[in-house]
Amino acid sequence: MLKIKNINAYYGKVHALKNVSLHLKAGEIVTLIGANGAGKTTLLNTLSGIIPTASGEILLEGKNIVGQAADRVVSLGLSQVPEGRQVFNPLMVEENLELGAYLRYRAGGQRSEIAADLERMYQMFPRLKERRRQAAGTLSGGEQQMLAIGRALMARPKLLLLDEPSMGLAPLVVQDIFRVIERLRSEEGTTILLVEQNARAALKVADRGYVLETGKVILEGKASELLENKDVQRAYLGRDKKEIWER
Amino acid sequence: MELLNQVTQFVISGLATGSIYALIGLSFAIIFNSTGIINFAQGEFVMLGGVLTIFSLNVLHLPLLAAILVAVAVTTVIGLVFERLAIRPLKNATPLMLIIITIGASILIRGLVMLLWGKDTQALPAFSGTDPISVAGATLLPQHLWIFGVTVLVIIGCRLFFNHTISGKAMRACSFNRRAANLVGISVGRMVLFSFVISAAVGALAGVIIAPLTMTAYDVGVMLGLKGFCAAIMGGMGSGLGTVLGGLILGTLESLGAGLISSGYKDAIAFFILLLILFIRPQGLFKKGETERV
Repeated sequence: MLKIKNINAYYGKVHALKNVSLHLKAGEIVTLIGANGAGKTTLLNTLSGIIPTASGEILLEGKNIVGQAADRVVSLGLSQVPEGRQVFNPLMVEENLELGAYLRYRAGGQRSEIAADLERMYQMFPRLKERRRQAAGTLSGGEQQMLAIGRALMARPKLLLLDEPSMGLAPLVVQDIFRVIERLRSEEGTTILLVEQNARAALKVADRGYVLETGKVILEGKASELLENKDVQRAYLGRDKKEIWER
Repeated sequence: MELLNQVTQFVISGLATGSIYALIGLSFAIIFNSTGIINFAQGEFVMLGGVLTIFSLNVLHLPLLAAILVAVAVTTVIGLVFERLAIRPLKNATPLMLIIITIGASILIRGLVMLLWGKDTQALPAFSGTDPISVAGATLLPQHLWIFGVTVLVIIGCRLFFNHTISGKAMRACSFNRRAANLVGISVGRMVLFSFVISAAVGALAGVIIAPLTMTAYDVGVMLGLKGFCAAIMGGMGSGLGTVLGGLILGTLESLGAGLISSGYKDAIAFFILLLILFIRPQGLFKKGETERV
């Protein structure tokens, strides 16, 4: 589905991604964990075409998408749910969802299909249906996150990038979000690249994971193995910390 | 009684010029919202609307309606070309640089029009005669009705476009959050181009409907542009209705001031209001608090 080969990218003057390679198979959930400033968001924005790729290849279903404008990348089937939701606050919930299908409208897509997708989103997120005529800015954080995910899904992406979907949400809401992620895969068959600071929850839903540190992939493997990995536990899961300190 | 009639008269003509300011204000706001820049060539679009209609009428001998359509269409194309040549190529320019470019463009357009059509003030015939209609002791010109009618239509048209079409919604999304708009596949450059096109068309239309009342020349755009800018500031550079009200209030106050105090102060009143608002309520008269949760 997606193959990234040795990409480098700069965030301002900072060399934010150093020869990063990773891949996703169709139907997989892959998580990218790492501390603040490790380059996770930069990687997603590079994939989305917002940050230019300095070198390397990004193959989406075998097609190199390096250098494509952000709106073109969406039309190729890669959608991103950005960090911090970034819903269109002044617009109604329903308008936000419609805009998710913007390219389908422009391409002359069937209105009935788009309407059916809208209905599907409302089934998946009943809260959004209740609030369809409300300004998106008045929703709670969790609802906004649902809206941001729904908006991205309206483009019918083959690959969904989720940037810190649990950020700033209450623990119960975080559970909801992760349940949604599992459902997306089981019911919709969406391939998902999940960036998270909540490493434990992310590794629990994911099939595989990559650990990013200062712009480099330092570890990769099955999610279950990463959960057991001592380094990962120490650095990202907060286990064993005390014992090591005491020794 | 005499005074009351006079006041009614001033209010009517004030609302008419106010409608024009409202339209120009809207065209400022449309570009501002999608680009963050204030297009100081906006007044030139207004001037082009009037001047090109007169040209089409007198030189090309087109019927009035066709002349108006040609003028608005040509101005719209000029707006489009302006965006393509002067705004789009400068991707990393700051808003301030772009604003200065629009000032340059306005001087260029004004200069070219002066060279091509001279400095004479010309009048466009009123659309449906000049027989005054008597209303509540004051006289109303048929052109006033045209102005009110066209203004209402443009406002309704804008509302429909921005609230009920996918392109309009995309433009609103883009003005709120460019990055997120880009991530759902909206091309920001395209939205900026749209905004120049719509804005030029609205500006030109304003210039056409005012031309029979105030006459037009190569340099009318400066004052009209500034008054429209003033209306947009009163409306907080956004909220459609605020700008419209701003324009109407401005036009009425100006007309009352000119009539009751001295016509010499007409422009001074507008700019006094502009300064007052910038000092006291820079967010605009009618701007509500944003509904936002983080």
